Amino acid sequence: MHLDWKTPVQLWFRAGFQALLFALFLGILAGSPAKAGPLEDAVPLFAADSFADTAKALDLVAASGAAHAGPMLEALVDRRLFVSADKKLFFKDKAGLAFDGLSGEKLAAEPAGGAMVRINNRLRGAIDTAVGRLTLQAPDPVKRRAAAEAVYKTRAPESEEALTAALKVEKVAAIKDIQQMALAAIVATAPGKADIDRLSAIEILRDRGDRDALTPLNSIPESASADVKAAAKAAAVDINQRLALWSGVQNAWYGISLGSVLLLAAIGLAITFGVMGIINMAHGEMVMIGAYTTFLIQEVIRQKYPALFDYSLAIAIPLSFLVAGLVGIAIERLVIRHLYGRPLETLLATWGISLILQQAVRTLFGPTNREVGAPAYMSGSFKVGLIDITYGRVWIVGFALVVFFAVLALLRFTPLGLQMRAVTQNRRMAASMGIRTARVDALTFGLGSGIAGLAGVALSQIDNVSPNLGQSYIIDSFMVVVFGGVGNLWGTLVAALSLGIANKFLEPFAGAVLGKIALLVFIILFIQKRPRGLFALKGRAIEQ
Amino acid sequence: MISQAILARLDGRGRIFLGVILAALVAVPVLNMLVPVGSPFHVPTWLVSLMGKYLCFAILALALDLVWGYCGILSLGHGAFFALGGYAIGMYLMRQIGPRGVYGNPILPDFMVFLNYKELPWFWYGFDFFPFAALMVFLAPGILAFVFGWFAFRSRVTGVYLSIITQALTYALMLAFFRNDMGFGGNNGLTDFKDILGFSVQAPGTRLALFVATLLALAASYLFARAVVTSKAGKVLVAVRDAESRTRFLGFRVERYKLFVFVASAMMAGLAGALYVPQVGIINPSEFQPGNSIEVVIWVAVGGRGTLVGAAIGAILVNLAKTTFTTGALAPYWLFALGALFVLTTLLMPKGVIGTYAAWREKRREKLALAANAAATPAE
Repeated sequence: MHLDWKTPVQLWFRAGFQALLFALFLGILAGSPAKAGPLEDAVPLFAADSFADTAKALDLVAASGAAHAGPMLEALVDRRLFVSADKKLFFKDKAGLAFDGLSGEKLAAEPAGGAMVRINNRLRGAIDTAVGRLTLQAPDPVKRRAAAEAVYKTRAPESEEALTAALKVEKVAAIKDIQQMALAAIVATAPGKADIDRLSAIEILRDRGDRDALTPLNSIPESASADVKAAAKAAAVDINQRLALWSGVQNAWYGISLGSVLLLAAIGLAITFGVMGIINMAHGEMVMIGAYTTFLIQEVIRQKYPALFDYSLAIAIPLSFLVAGLVGIAIERLVIRHLYGRPLETLLATWGISLILQQAVRTLFGPTNREVGAPAYMSGSFKVGLIDITYGRVWIVGFALVVFFAVLALLRFTPLGLQMRAVTQNRRMAASMGIRTARVDALTFGLGSGIAGLAGVALSQIDNVSPNLGQSYIIDSFMVVVFGGVGNLWGTLVAALSLGIANKFLEPFAGAVLGKIALLVFIILFIQKRPRGLFALKGRAIEQ
Repeated sequence: MISQAILARLDGRGRIFLGVILAALVAVPVLNMLVPVGSPFHVPTWLVSLMGKYLCFAILALALDLVWGYCGILSLGHGAFFALGGYAIGMYLMRQIGPRGVYGNPILPDFMVFLNYKELPWFWYGFDFFPFAALMVFLAPGILAFVFGWFAFRSRVTGVYLSIITQALTYALMLAFFRNDMGFGGNNGLTDFKDILGFSVQAPGTRLALFVATLLALAASYLFARAVVTSKAGKVLVAVRDAESRTRFLGFRVERYKLFVFVASAMMAGLAGALYVPQVGIINPSEFQPGNSIEVVIWVAVGGRGTLVGAAIGAILVNLAKTTFTTGALAPYWLFALGALFVLTTLLMPKGVIGTYAAWREKRREKLALAANAAATPAE
């Protein structure tokens, strides 16, 4: 702009224009009071550096509805809120980046002379409430849920209003539930509520209450009427009963989950020991081989094809079966074949093999635990009633049942299964009918070992993958097979599940170790009573 | 008279075995005490203790051979009886420490002070008195074996089922003894022993005396086992091993014979444990590990099942190999070697060293006789 500054009028005009520019500039610097809103009003209150003013200021911030109000209040709690030398409000995030207190925009540089806004414990409580109120209607459902849960825990009466407001607009049923519980908890415990309101609140708490509902029920104020107190007591009793029931359900679920692990480990043994009569002490090492195969596959996938990680277990299942099965066939061909009819010698030889396999794995992979990751669909949990169920456990229970029924079907409906049963029932007759018994033996043993490998895939998800993995399961697996009855897969299923459940129900009373000892002693005594197990095959042979 | 009765019970092997024990009984103390330290013939005290340890294992192997070799009961829980004997003597040794423990409590062993015990648990009473402890060395494993065997044999649990539940037995005991609340020192076990019968367990003289005692115990155990297997009852035991049902149908009360030999064997194992603990200076629950008991089986299998002498030799041979392997550069390969030993012995040498040697000698004798016959025939 090139004006010709010569006339006095022009000169006056120029001076006025400059003054205007200057005033505008000053106005910008001062933070344009013309557009004053709650945030702008809060700035001088924050700057006043008195706790009472700060309390007012934070109420203003909470009421402003600004998107950055939440982070700013959090910053206040963490002492990251400042007023600069020129009375500008700014806060820093956890990483130390500065943001403008009014607009919430990121600042290029931290303003000079920032004085921290100080807080005390009472303010801290007020801020928590304010944050709770702010986040109760946050757009992110996870945050909303957390906010509702926080109110439920603190039962701050000042949240009641915000909670009612949030309840009106809430769409997600689960969050609405928590909000209702929180509201009920406040109404039940806050001073100065009508009895009728308290009673209906207690009813809500009773109907849907979990462990957290016990605290508001136990802190009904003294001022409440006797009716309310009695109702609260009755509701607490109700909830405790429900909790006991659910803890029973939880134990049963844990038991089923443990039982399915035992089942997986024992199915293979039920075939080699139960069907073929081979005491395979190296069975646990087949499980270990399956687990290490899973580990190797995951390593390869991690390094070469990270996109396939979620399919790693699906890939590991057939491969573990094959690897463990082939190792099993090799053992049968090289060692066990020469020892048929001498079960005790088989026991010793397979023990030797288990030592060799363990040491081989220790030499190859080192003695430390190896980590096997869980794919996305196996992590996380969901709620049934009052208990949390992890997806990983559900998959393992399902997997155990699938394997069980697959083996059952294989023995029952396939030609190989038919031949296996024929060979175990009458070897010479089967041979006379043209069945190649040696081949069937090898395949049966390979099948049992392969299933142990499958167990290894599942165990890699819940146990440490170490050279000792198999050792910790071998005695348990033998107990399951012997308890269930040798040569009977259904017996193995029943035995595994009942031992698993019994174990989990004993644990709370006796502790993990004593519970296990009690079960071992029980099985030792049980075998005296029924030496052939729960479901013994009927026969008239005097010696097997 | 008595010596003649003993000799009559012995075969050639047994005489050689007892002869070797007798020779060691004289030679080791002489070489340890009288031969000066610098001499190449001097036997240092650590070697005496090491040999003593092997001899304890030999007694344990003898005990297992008695039940497995002669009665067909494959016990995978003999380590439990061994450990119980060890704990009995360990409790005596703990009580002998008296106020010399770290905490200086005259009554309570250190671990009890540490675990806040106020008074001695009832089952520790009497263990300050050696004869009582010595009695418990036999009674504790004996009673366990009696109760267990009485149930198991009466209900005719045999073969691999028995093996598996004996394994479960020692596993359950291991879990139990690992617990601190059991009052047996938890996973640290019993250790820091000071005196046995008033003599320091560390003193060379005491170590030599323990070695000699172990040798004598081995000889006594051997003679006892030999007496059992050469008696009429021993014949029944072998019959049970080879055809249990047939023996029962002939009218023998099979379970009584089995129970007798099982309890006797458990007591021998307890004795072995009791001699072992003062020589190694510690007993802890890992002695109950199922793996340990299975290792005993391989000693017997290597030496030769059902030969008694073979069991003792097998125990010494395998443990000698173990010491050699695990102390050198070969340590990582010991488990490979042990595993291979299990496999190869069962596959190639089911009769063990002694049995294979006997078979080889028999064959050679036959061959020589044939050759002699062949040489004699043309002359006629």
